[in-house]
Amino acid sequence: MNVHHPHALRRRALGAYVILGLMMSVLVVGFFRIQVLQGEEARLKAETNRVRSLPVPAPRGTIYDRNGEIVADNVPGYQVTILPASVDSVRATLRRMQQYMHLSDERIERVIRTLRAYGREVVVEADADFAAISALEERRSDFPGVFVEMRPRRRYQLGDAGGHLTGYVGEITGEELGSETFPDTVYEAGMIVGKVGIERQYEAHLQGQQGVRHVEFDARGRIVGDFGGAPQIAAEPGQDLHLSLDLDLQRWVHRIFPDSMSGAVVALDPADGGVLALYSAPGYDPNLFTGGIDELTWASLNNDERKPLFDRAVVGLYAPASTWKLASAGIGLDLGVVTPDEVMPEPCTGAYFFGDRFFHCWDRAGHGYNTLAEAIGNSCDIYFYQLAERIGLTRLLERANDIGFSGQCGIDLPQESSGVFPESVDFWRERYGYRAREGEAFNLIIGQGPNSQTPLKMAQFYVALARDGSAPAPRIAREGELVGGWELNLAPDHIESLQEGLRRVTRPGGTAHVRTAVEHWDVIGKTGTGQNPLSVRGLAEDHAWFAGMAGPPGEPPEIVVVAIVEYGESGGQVAAPIVAKTADYYLRQRHGIPVDTIQTYWDHIRTGPIPPWYRRRFPEVFRVQDDQRPGAER
Amino acid sequence: MIRLFERWALDAQLVLGILGLTLFGVAMIYSAGQVNVPNVVTEYAWLRQARWMVLALVVFTALSRVPLRWIEWAAVPSYVVSLLLLALTLVIGEGRGTAQGVKSFLNLGFFSFQPAEVAKLATILALAQLLSQKESGINSLRELIAPGMVVGIPLVLVLGQPDLGTAMAFVGILFTTLYWAAAPVWLLLLVASPVVGLIVSFNTVLWSMFIVTVVGFLVLLRYRLSLFESVSVVLANFATATIGRPLWESLADYQRNRILVYLDPEVDPRGAGYQVIQSKLAIGSGGFEGSGFTIGPQKRFDFLPEQHTDFIFAVVGEELGFIGTTLAVVAFAFVLSRLVRMASHLSESQAFAGLVLLGIFGFWLVHVFVNIGMTIGVVPITGIPLPFVSYGGSFLLMSWVAVAIAVRVAHEHP
Repeated sequence: MNVHHPHALRRRALGAYVILGLMMSVLVVGFFRIQVLQGEEARLKAETNRVRSLPVPAPRGTIYDRNGEIVADNVPGYQVTILPASVDSVRATLRRMQQYMHLSDERIERVIRTLRAYGREVVVEADADFAAISALEERRSDFPGVFVEMRPRRRYQLGDAGGHLTGYVGEITGEELGSETFPDTVYEAGMIVGKVGIERQYEAHLQGQQGVRHVEFDARGRIVGDFGGAPQIAAEPGQDLHLSLDLDLQRWVHRIFPDSMSGAVVALDPADGGVLALYSAPGYDPNLFTGGIDELTWASLNNDERKPLFDRAVVGLYAPASTWKLASAGIGLDLGVVTPDEVMPEPCTGAYFFGDRFFHCWDRAGHGYNTLAEAIGNSCDIYFYQLAERIGLTRLLERANDIGFSGQCGIDLPQESSGVFPESVDFWRERYGYRAREGEAFNLIIGQGPNSQTPLKMAQFYVALARDGSAPAPRIAREGELVGGWELNLAPDHIESLQEGLRRVTRPGGTAHVRTAVEHWDVIGKTGTGQNPLSVRGLAEDHAWFAGMAGPPGEPPEIVVVAIVEYGESGGQVAAPIVAKTADYYLRQRHGIPVDTIQTYWDHIRTGPIPPWYRRRFPEVFRVQDDQRPGAER
Repeated sequence: MIRLFERWALDAQLVLGILGLTLFGVAMIYSAGQVNVPNVVTEYAWLRQARWMVLALVVFTALSRVPLRWIEWAAVPSYVVSLLLLALTLVIGEGRGTAQGVKSFLNLGFFSFQPAEVAKLATILALAQLLSQKESGINSLRELIAPGMVVGIPLVLVLGQPDLGTAMAFVGILFTTLYWAAAPVWLLLLVASPVVGLIVSFNTVLWSMFIVTVVGFLVLLRYRLSLFESVSVVLANFATATIGRPLWESLADYQRNRILVYLDPEVDPRGAGYQVIQSKLAIGSGGFEGSGFTIGPQKRFDFLPEQHTDFIFAVVGEELGFIGTTLAVVAFAFVLSRLVRMASHLSESQAFAGLVLLGIFGFWLVHVFVNIGMTIGVVPITGIPLPFVSYGGSFLLMSWVAVAIAVRVAHEHP
């Protein structure tokens, strides 16, 4: 039989049809399953594949100073982000990116770690420069999954004049996320948050509400456009913040502070405790931190011997030295153990015997009999030793703690240090292992011994002297409520005699006179010579303090300024002119008098003749000379 | 007019169906080029395909007028020449486009083509020539040796490129042709058994059950096979089972990945599994009605791999939906069944024609099933194009040459 007979063919054709039909049915059933049964699921999956919701960063609130000038604001910046993909391809893409922008290997590995941990887009560079962005945009196909977005970039007007004050912002870290300050109900990875300073303190106020944007991407990670299928949520900008700070004054302080020296200047408004200037030298530029500081800059800041990252005004603790004698005097008056006009029974002969030893005055020549104001003017230690005897150690500790010398002032900054001051007589037993003797008060009362304060704390204390004995907590922001503050029970004549003491320091003949005398204002204050570990061993000079206040002649002080210059040797010569110039600048602005770069008497006579205003303001200086002229005697 | 078309086409139904598929292909290639970020190469691919289509129609017109005698006469020489070309390709072949790794093209300077395409047709002709002599059919394993050699030589040469997809087409050709040459189905199953054994050899228990079945089968058929043949089958099964693991190890990484990904695309979602996952997503998201011609978002945004060549059917799925895919599959089924129908209406003297038609049937059936099947993950990914629809000039031309041969051999009564 021929197998190609038509009957045989028909039979076999049937078999071929069956095979064909089976195979085509497999395909049709496959399509039915995928397109009809699972179609909706696939469509959703394809959309999530294609559409990503991206956070829209909220611009942080603008920070203004007391005159409405901008302290920190936002400028448009560019952010480079990468979408998750396989580790190898992300690494290859980022390596290619290194050609066009600064991107360390360390940073690349960090991006990859974050990608693996969160499985979402990661910011590669929060603040890319325009050249890098153009290079990336031109070569988009070389950078799959990479996209560039506009993002507000923080800008600080003060630069290194105010880094410690404003603080800076940066990407939230893994440790911060979920902490008390940054609850993960509000914060998420990739957000820019305040790290230190005002930015950190008022983080919740400044942050705003991140928005959401749904963006359609193609397979190469190129943004195709906004996806219409889901609602976009606009970002809500953070609230603005108004400070009591005077931006120009802060800049002025930065300008007059000796370049090579380290130290701090604190200027407070005695009316309400508002911070007018808060300066620590050397400073750092917070703009460096915007968009992530690079490792090299960070290392140079961190390893700098002068410690520019250390906030000396608010964190630095120094022996307050003689500037603290005003606290002693204030406590004495408050307790009623001394009156302004009274002189201590023992005259100052340069030394004072108490218990089993001699306590010396800084001036071995002695000061004789002193009233309170005279004792402050002379900074006479012997007077204060006798005051210490009257107050007693226990009461001294009690009152000093009442006005917060062992605590914080409560300024609205996250970094403030607590002062160091014994809280009770147990301190000596716990720290040194012996029972406190009455003589401990002798050290404390002249600002030595276990007594270290921040320049801010001393400034707050001088605010009380410029007012009525009460001191509100220093505040930088105008928003929010006042916390802290304390009061000394002082009568107006008490305040008057304390201020008179300060005046003796800066009046003609006083140690700080020539460098604090200015044309329009009365500047009064107290010098201090703070011992430090190096100066005690004779390896360096003492820290130079000056704590003062100033205002129009005959009127209450309008500004309190405290300056400390590390290893500055002489409070009268180094710290006092900073205080006088700071006060002069502020008061001239406030009273509409043009600012002059030559401010103090000392500056004038170094560059020219005695200014006419000096003769007018201090005629007694010239009367003395006239009297001593030969033949002037009648 | 209709008359004129019938006279030109020789078989109006087949040619009409294929012409429709070719035009559909040009349209889908046009759509595949419509993407969000246009690419000069793919954007105008449809125009080049259209030009090739015109050329293919001219070649079809001419070739379908060539006497059957000439085709029969040319079968063996063209087979020999194509074997030489395949061997040459292994030496100086080049990769092309998206298949750089596979050295399958021969560059003649002014023109480059895939000798495997020629070889498929030449093999069909040579095989038909050989089998048409056996009027009493095939009844023993021994009789399969010669046809097996005819297909085996080009198959091995193609595997050397390595082009698994085309090799599968050769297997398809062998089986459908042998079936038409009246080889009993149980014989074909026995021939296929070592391959099945190779696959199940990865599971010892499964393979043990399999070999027992095969041996039982051989015992049942003991009067129809010689002892030598039976033993050969068993030995062949043992042989493939033994080489299973070494063979797996000798596979290139991408080949192994493709097989693993076929079993579960999610093992490598961004590598080998990417194509299947994206293709299934695009097809699935087309749903019942599709997103509409040229506007499929997955395609537009570049998620689809090789969307104008191997994965053109994913574009069909996304844009035309279940309606479109079903109609396209039905169209292919119509064309393929038309080949069988033409073969089944031949006279006893037209054995050669019938074998050629079934050879072409096997060739296209494998291409259609494997290509469409891989877009929905039914078949592992092998880079073979969809006849008449995928972009590719020389493939389109050779497919139309096959059409010309098909209508010619069926038309002429010797």
